[in-house]
Amino acid sequence: MMRGITSPRTALLRSSLVSIAVLLAGGVALAAATDGFRAFTTETARRVSVRSHPIVIPAVALENQSGARFTFTDLRGKWLLVDFIYTQCPTFCGRLGGDFAQLEQQLRDPIAQGKVQLLSVTFDPTRDSPAQLAAYLGRFWSPGMGWQAARPLTADGLQQITAAFGITVIPDQLGGFTHNAAIHLVDPEGRLVDIFDLGDLAHIRKTVLRKLRS
Amino acid sequence: MSAQMLVQIPLLVAAGWLLARAVPARVLASVDAWNDRGITGLVLVSVVAVFWMLPRSLDAATSHPLMVAAKYLSVPLLVGVPLAVSWPRTGFVVRGFFLVEFVATFFRLGWLYLISPNRLCNNYALNDQQRLGRYMLTLGVALLVWLVWKLVWGRFESFSSTDVRTAPSPQP
Repeated sequence: MMRGITSPRTALLRSSLVSIAVLLAGGVALAAATDGFRAFTTETARRVSVRSHPIVIPAVALENQSGARFTFTDLRGKWLLVDFIYTQCPTFCGRLGGDFAQLEQQLRDPIAQGKVQLLSVTFDPTRDSPAQLAAYLGRFWSPGMGWQAARPLTADGLQQITAAFGITVIPDQLGGFTHNAAIHLVDPEGRLVDIFDLGDLAHIRKTVLRKLRS
Repeated sequence: MSAQMLVQIPLLVAAGWLLARAVPARVLASVDAWNDRGITGLVLVSVVAVFWMLPRSLDAATSHPLMVAAKYLSVPLLVGVPLAVSWPRTGFVVRGFFLVEFVATFFRLGWLYLISPNRLCNNYALNDQQRLGRYMLTLGVALLVWLVWKLVWGRFESFSSTDVRTAPSPQP
């Protein structure tokens, strides 16, 4: 039995309905994929995610610019501002360093009271020895213990800490590295709770002071 | 970045296009009932294409195994196949619209990649992004030239009759 040929009107109607259904389904899928149309890039996505779901940073073994060894969890009890650097970096890390130098100034009182600390973590632990880290800090300011630079002691530790903070490091063609540079806020329970852009110092200062008051 | 967007993804679409030949004629005929003039198929293609144009999708497709699988499955099956099935059925106006938007996308995205000071993808460097932008702008111009050429000098295999609905539908 030959199948009846659908009238053009029915075909059009049916097609329109199916198209609308596809559009709606697609809209829902895209909304889900972009966290409600807020995050189109991975970088924005991780910021949106961290604000609603803080990430506990594992106890990674670190060594600072004076050679002192500790784990990340030893820093609990203070609000931490963390950035990721490598000392041979000609560009962004200089900017991050400058930002941290200013933040150390601006947050001098909470730092002196032991409530806030700045930490720069290098993702190039083989080249960035404690001496290199000390030289890096010396470029910007003569810091007290308010601003430390540290390196992970094992490759595993490096992988854990960059994964926890969501840092992707890729080699650039000039023998250095490119990475998603940002300033991260860790709460006294050791959880990553917020991520800020470079240079957004006023906002960072206000956020930290607000968190300290609450 | 350029390799993934300009070589790998088009190849996956082409693979899907070729796969469509394996679809039996009976299935094609029943799909016709709700794919009038190929529009539903093109809507599906557009929606899936938007998803794969998100920077975070391509980023994830480089680092997460699940997304890699999703890319290798969805691009041929949800872009290539519907495109191959729907395109022969589309009329001149729809084709023109689709092609112009396609070329425009190359210009929009190419320009964005070229001028953006931020890296849109965590897995690629800034100069990769800018190089891709330049390639996309060049490709956009090339496609535009081809379109205009076709418009002015070409012949079209699609329906010449003004009323599409009276033209015979493709025989199974």
